[in-house]
Amino acid sequence: MNLSLKPEAAEGETLVDLATTPLRALNGALHKLAADTNQTLWTVANPAGRHAIAAGLDAPITVEIDGPVGYYCAGMNKQARVIVHGNAGVGVAENMMSGFVHVKGDASQAAGATAHGGLLIIDGNASARCGISMKGIDIVVKGSIGHMSAFMAQAGTLTVLGDAGEALGDSLYEARLFVRGSVASLGADCIEKEMREEHKALLASKLEAAGLLGEVDISEFRRYGSARTLYHFHVDNVSSY
Amino acid sequence: MTDHSNTPRTTPRASATFDDYTLSEIRRAAATGIYDIRGGGAKRKVPHFDDLLFLGASMSRYPLEGYREKCSTEVVLGTRFAKKPIQLKIPITIAGMSFGSLSANAKEALGRGASAMGTSTTTGDGGMTNEERGHSTQLVYQYLPSRYGMNPDDLKRADAIEVVVGQGAKPGGGGMLLGQKITERVAGMRTLPVGIDQRSACRHPDWTGPDDLEIKIEELREITDWEKPIYVKVGAARPYYDTALAVKSGADVVVVDGMQGGTAATQEIFIEHVGIPTLAAVRQAVKALQDLGMHRKVQLIVSGGIRNGADVAKALALGADAVAIGTAALVALGDNDPHYAAEYEALGTRAGAYDDWHEGRDPAGITTQDPELMKRLDPIAAGRRLANYLAVLTLECQTIARACGKSHVHNLEPEDLVALTIEAAAMANVPLAGTDWIPGRNGGF
Repeated sequence: MNLSLKPEAAEGETLVDLATTPLRALNGALHKLAADTNQTLWTVANPAGRHAIAAGLDAPITVEIDGPVGYYCAGMNKQARVIVHGNAGVGVAENMMSGFVHVKGDASQAAGATAHGGLLIIDGNASARCGISMKGIDIVVKGSIGHMSAFMAQAGTLTVLGDAGEALGDSLYEARLFVRGSVASLGADCIEKEMREEHKALLASKLEAAGLLGEVDISEFRRYGSARTLYHFHVDNVSSY
Repeated sequence: MTDHSNTPRTTPRASATFDDYTLSEIRRAAATGIYDIRGGGAKRKVPHFDDLLFLGASMSRYPLEGYREKCSTEVVLGTRFAKKPIQLKIPITIAGMSFGSLSANAKEALGRGASAMGTSTTTGDGGMTNEERGHSTQLVYQYLPSRYGMNPDDLKRADAIEVVVGQGAKPGGGGMLLGQKITERVAGMRTLPVGIDQRSACRHPDWTGPDDLEIKIEELREITDWEKPIYVKVGAARPYYDTALAVKSGADVVVVDGMQGGTAATQEIFIEHVGIPTLAAVRQAVKALQDLGMHRKVQLIVSGGIRNGADVAKALALGADAVAIGTAALVALGDNDPHYAAEYEALGTRAGAYDDWHEGRDPAGITTQDPELMKRLDPIAAGRRLANYLAVLTLECQTIARACGKSHVHNLEPEDLVALTIEAAAMANVPLAGTDWIPGRNGGF
């Protein structure tokens, strides 16, 4: 396994070059880290769109990835901070349980899908189905999101500084959606809701976590949530099924 | 005025097309405006393993002595990529059924019975419970579209992972667990409000198609350090192509579930009219594996309507490595037991026909979350009944295998079989009994 320390590496930093190191070696090494490891900073060079980079982590470490990643980067993450200095493929931070994932570029479909916890920040745009079936994660997208985002979203928050595509929040459960820009259309059972003080406070806390508090005007956001009319299967809702 | 009183009259005749069940369904639909939902698999009669017979030994083949000569039954699943394949003592596994659709006692009983016989059980939609993990020596963790309760800790403590693409009762369909069964515990595991109807998605949220699935499987292997066998389960619809694509996607094991396979809750019309029978699926799946040179390298599990050791033996003879049982396992636990006949009648049905599993009022305490009904099922006694039943299936399968001269149940082969009907001969690709005719073989008809 070629996990070498850079000559200029900081103490505790480990450099992994995926041009010469198999992905299995990297993920295997990351999985073996103890909770009190001193190897708390990992830098990954030449990711070249490889899939499943830093998937399944469960340690309080930081992984900096210098370049674009493929599908499922940081999938099922727990505890770790994963920073992608590039674009991310499908399902970044899918099913994340805790921790922090930051995509410096754009993200493809299903960003943060089914994730239970943690914070996902996307500096650019996110494609379709951002936050699909999310179960407690907080997602902050600085750009816009694609269609069918927050489909069947169960819990957590999705904050969008830009616009949302068609059918936002279709079949939504209890996730809370905040959009600053336009919404092309709302999905079945998703409605705009009053932005009360507690919601402004909630939004402020998410923006603060993303380092955006004070940079954007909270009053510009609108809140969307479930009308809860589809919570029980009923013939009167047949046109929505 | 003509007297017609002595004119012979015809006997009242019901329509074969509009039979009593059909008429009752039209009336039910007219009254409610909504389709009928029920549990279980296809109830209509379809070509099945009953339409096949074993030839047994004769002048050209000699049998093995029952009770004296060994007929092995062990199965290893996941030999293709997994570092830790599943080792089963018998070729019969317990199919995926969720905590939520089943009571905690029922899940525990399944684990107890399967473990006693050295085989595996499987989670379902809704996640893994500690009781289930604790009572199952080998537990397969389902990876479903809803991802309810999915988490990396359970993924790592599972013995295998089953990516569910579909199931035989409803290929292409999602699910619905009515609010009556969404108790606080069930809701908590699924991150949903208590008491609402819980919908399960029909397709996965973060992959579509075999190319994506290949990447998804790579992710699951990376997360679990390539230790766990990864199954791909499909509902029987296009078994040749689905099996081939599952292999292409990197599956260690393919599970093909025919239309007789049960579901917790789906539309009656879906169960009876979508998908194909188990018998029609087995040989297609096996042929795909053979064409790819992967037969016995990627293992095949067949499910849907397995009831006795003959069904097990026939599935294995057609090329499966193991079978999975769901409905039969529930019956072994006590589902639809005549002991509760009066209570089934009070629900408007009868013991043996009860299929409103989604309503959560199961008198046997199996398909329910009602605390009082759940108490009726003793998980230890029910687990023992399941173990007994699995033992009988195994003994019956061995009996047939020995009669065919096989020292391992996997040595059963299509040449041991004939069909009773042309349909079964065509589907199973074995000769019609008393002939050497296989419909479709060599381009013939």
